[in-house]
Amino acid sequence: MLDECMTNSDVVLDVQDLVVHYELKNEVVKAVNGISFTLQKGRSIGLVGETGAGKTTTALAIMNLVPKPPGVVKSGTIDVCGYKMLELKPKQLEKIRGKEISMIFQDPMTSLNPVISVGEQIAESVKLHENVSASEAYDRAIEMLELVGIPGERAGEYPHQFSGGMRQRVLIAIALACNPRILIADEPTTALDVTIQAQVLNMINDLKKQFGTALIMITHDLGVVAKMCDDVAVMYAGRIVEKGTLEDVFNDTKHPYTEGLFNSLPDITKRESELKPIPGLIADPTKLPEGCAFAPRCQYATDACRERPPTIHQISPTHLVECTAYDNPGFQIEGWQNHG
Amino acid sequence: MSRGQTETIVSRKEGHSATLASRKYKKKSAFLESWNRLRTNPGAMFGLIVIILMVLLMVYSFMFITEEDVMAINSANRFKPPSAAHPFGTDSMGRDLFMRTVYGTRYSLAVGFFSVAFGLVVGVFFGTLAGYFGGWVEEIIMRVSDVMASIPGMLLGMVIVAVLGPSFLNLLIAIGVSNISGFIRMSRASILSVKGSEFVEAARAIGMSEFRIAFSQVLPNSVSPLIVTATARIATSVLAAAGLSFIGFGVPVPLPEWGALISDGRNYLGRAPHLTLFPGIFIMLTTFACSLLGDGLRDALDPKLKQ
Repeated sequence: MLDECMTNSDVVLDVQDLVVHYELKNEVVKAVNGISFTLQKGRSIGLVGETGAGKTTTALAIMNLVPKPPGVVKSGTIDVCGYKMLELKPKQLEKIRGKEISMIFQDPMTSLNPVISVGEQIAESVKLHENVSASEAYDRAIEMLELVGIPGERAGEYPHQFSGGMRQRVLIAIALACNPRILIADEPTTALDVTIQAQVLNMINDLKKQFGTALIMITHDLGVVAKMCDDVAVMYAGRIVEKGTLEDVFNDTKHPYTEGLFNSLPDITKRESELKPIPGLIADPTKLPEGCAFAPRCQYATDACRERPPTIHQISPTHLVECTAYDNPGFQIEGWQNHG
Repeated sequence: MSRGQTETIVSRKEGHSATLASRKYKKKSAFLESWNRLRTNPGAMFGLIVIILMVLLMVYSFMFITEEDVMAINSANRFKPPSAAHPFGTDSMGRDLFMRTVYGTRYSLAVGFFSVAFGLVVGVFFGTLAGYFGGWVEEIIMRVSDVMASIPGMLLGMVIVAVLGPSFLNLLIAIGVSNISGFIRMSRASILSVKGSEFVEAARAIGMSEFRIAFSQVLPNSVSPLIVTATARIATSVLAAAGLSFIGFGVPVPLPEWGALISDGRNYLGRAPHLTLFPGIFIMLTTFACSLLGDGLRDALDPKLKQ
C-alpha cells in the first residue's frame, strides 16, 4: 500500500559525515561534528550519550528540522529511503515527514496541542499523507488509539484529560498513523515514571515488530538501549565514539567513555560497591579541544590523545571505536569485564 | 504487568481488523460541549437572551415597520410622554419613538456584527502572519498597524466617512477599519506565546506545512482572547456608530440610528428626557449583553476548564 522505497537495498537511513553547528552572535556551538551511521529496515539503533552530546540535533537534522537560524548543517548527507533530506524543497519534505519518517518527542505534556482533541490530532496526520475523507481519517485515528491501548471512545477528549503515559501513547499513535519506515524516538520515556516506561517501551517494541518500522532510540538510559536496540552508537561531544551491535558494545566495551557510562550505573548485585561517575563535565561544544574531546576526562589519556584527533579502529566488521589509545595494539581498558 | 499489557494490545488489534468497530465512537461535538458549559453561566445566558431579543426586534421591524412609519410627521403629537399608544412617547416632530428605536436596531446590530467581523477576519489573518512568521513580514504588518492604532478610532472613522461620504455602508467600513489594529495586536501576541511550543515542532514532524500550522494548530490556541476582544469590540463598535451618528457622521439624518436619536433628543433633555433615555437604554443593554456573553464564551470555549 505504500510506494516502494526508491532504493532496492534494505538500508532505509544513511547518514554520512553530518556536521551541524549553531551559529550564535558571539560563538559557534558545535553540536554534531561528523557522524555517520546507517539503519536497515526493521532494525533499531540506540543513540546514547549525556545531555548535550548532540543526540537530539542529530535527530532533528535527519528530519531536516534543525531550527534555522541559528542552526546550520555544515556538511554531510542524509538519505531517507533514497530521498536526500538536506536537498529537498519544503513541499517535498512535508510529504516525507510523517509518511516515511516520524518522530516522538521527549515531553508528552507539551507535544500535544492542548485545544485539539486527541482523535483529531491523530486524524490530522492521516489526512496529510493519505487521500482519505475526514471521517475515514477519524476512523483510522480511533483504530490507532485502540492499538496503543486507549479506548476508542476517548478520541474526543483533550490532552489535559490524559495522564503522561497515555499522552505518550497518543504521540506514538500520531507518529505511527501513516506507517512510517523510520521512527525516531527522542527520549520517549524520560518524562515518565518507571512502571509506565516499561509499558511504553514494550508497546513501541510490539508496534515496531508489527509494522516493520526501523527505530532510532535516543536515550541516556543504557537499560532502555539493552531492551530496545539491535545496534548502539555512543555519542560524545557530537561524535560517535563507539558503534556496534548491542553485543559488541555491552559485552566487549572498547571506548573509555562507554566504560565510564557503565561504571556510572548502580549494580543491583553489588549493593555496597560505590558508583564511579565520570569526572568532570561534558566538553563545552563552543570550545572543543584540538584532540580527542573526551581526553580531559579520560583516565587513559596520553599527550597523543590531546594533540591530534582520535583515530578510528575497526575491532570487528560491526564494531568501531574512535580512540587513539588503540594505536597501541596491547591497549585494554580496565573495567569492561565487570559488566556482563 | 507489562507482558499482559502488550498481549491486550495485540489481541485488540486482531479483533479490530475483523470488525472495524470504530464507527460507533463518533466525534463528540465540541459545539455541544461548549454549549453545555455556557448554559450554566447565568450572566452569559442573560446576555444571550438580550441579544436574541434584539435580533427578534430587528426581525419584527423588518416585517411590520416601514420607512414611512418612522418618518411620518405629526405636529399634533409632539413630545408626548410614554403612553399606551406610544410606549416610548413621541419626538419633536410627533414621530413614535418606539417604532423609531425598534427600527434602529438593524443599524446597531449590523454595525456591531459586520464591523467586528471585518476587523476580526482581516486583523487575525495579518496578526497570525506577523506573529508566526516574524521577520520582515512582522515588521511591515506591525508598523502599518501601529500607524492605524495611533489615530483615535473616532477620528479615523470621521476621516473615512468624510472621504467616502456619509452612508451606512461607509459607517460600517469606517468602524471596521478602526477595529483591525486591535485584532492584529491581540492575535499576534497570543500566537507569539504558543508558537515556540513543542506541539508546533511535532506538527512539523508529521509533515504539516508552515501555513497550515499557523492557522490550524497555533491559531486555535488564541481563540479565547480573540472571542473576548471581539465581544468587547462589538460593544465599542455599537457605541462608536452611535457616537459618529450623534455628531452627524453616521447614518444620514432622518433615519433612526440610536446615536442619531440621542443626538436629536439632547436639545429637549429637560422637556422630554424620554427621547434620550430609551435609545440610551437600548445602547446600554446591547453593549452590556455583548460583554456578558463574551466573558461566558471565553470560559465555555476553553477545554482546560472542563470538569
